[in-house]
Amino acid sequence: MASPLDQFTVIKWADIEVAGYDISFTNSSAAMVASVALVALFVTMGMRKNALVPGRWQSSVEMCYEFVAKMLGDTAGPDGRKYFPFIFSLFMFVLFANLIGMLPWLHPFTFTSHIAVTFAMAAFVFVGVTLIGFITHGFKFLGFFVPHGAPWYLLLILVPIEIISYLSRPISLSVRLFANMVAGHTMLKVFGGFVVSLSALGAAGVVGAFFPLAFIVALTGLELLVACLQAYVFAMLTCLYLNDALHMH
Amino acid sequence: MTDDKKKSQDMKETLDDLNTRVSAAREANKPKEARGLNEATAYGIATRLVAELVAGIVVGVLIGWYLDQLFDTKPWLMIIMVMLGAAAGITNVMRASKQLAPKDTNDKDDDK
Repeated sequence: MASPLDQFTVIKWADIEVAGYDISFTNSSAAMVASVALVALFVTMGMRKNALVPGRWQSSVEMCYEFVAKMLGDTAGPDGRKYFPFIFSLFMFVLFANLIGMLPWLHPFTFTSHIAVTFAMAAFVFVGVTLIGFITHGFKFLGFFVPHGAPWYLLLILVPIEIISYLSRPISLSVRLFANMVAGHTMLKVFGGFVVSLSALGAAGVVGAFFPLAFIVALTGLELLVACLQAYVFAMLTCLYLNDALHMH
Repeated sequence: MTDDKKKSQDMKETLDDLNTRVSAAREANKPKEARGLNEATAYGIATRLVAELVAGIVVGVLIGWYLDQLFDTKPWLMIIMVMLGAAAGITNVMRASKQLAPKDTNDKDDDK
């Protein structure tokens, strides 16, 4: 029987090599392209009519827009408005990636279940936010690592702790998304395996197989929730980090 | 005349009935929605706090390991950095839970 971890294998679809770097087109790249294409299609086609009274499609696009706009406004304040396009793209990209991974047929690849992908996104956010911090505050941004009101001998311990805490941001951001996706999809496949191996045991096994099957149904619902929730958490934390960079607490 | 009156009375009753039913349905929907959202965010909060704690320790280990390689002081810097990393992880968790707390208990936030 196939291993429950087989679904995370990256398969090369077309070998491409540029200047010694392997940039082959894989099933992971295909899922990313599909995600970008679907987001673009969803938003542009939804807003095509641009009606004053929105239809179903248009109002779902507007709901996404307002949701992200409210989140950004609540966490980063009015100064964060100019970063809205980035946060919106990030949220929709992760959301569609997670949801594509939940499609039951075609065996689509969930690229957010790879730490390489999530860490690349988190590192991009981290570097970008740090640069924004230095651009808006100059070298005063280094004061972010010095808790005010602490005596100098405590600073010897507190400043390294602050720096480690700051450096841990991309790790926690990427690990959370990656771990949630891996855990959920593995669990679905493990219970799917139970159904197959139980029903191979004859009539009693087929009856028994309905229990893991029922569990898969419930788990699929939970996974849909996790897919949306983790996209929200990823975007929300990006907003929080942006707020720290813009306002330094 | 009486028939007409009765009809309008009926109409009024039906409308009142509909009104009460609509408001009852609204009431029934509201807490359920709120509860569902709370449960969803509870899961989000749990994964968030765990990731914050683990990330601090992981970064501590990585920095300590790298500095040990650099200065050839195995394993002392790593021990120190793991402790600092754990402290950073706990600081992360405390900050995250402060941000997640309701607004009215949040007024002590500015002293970090």
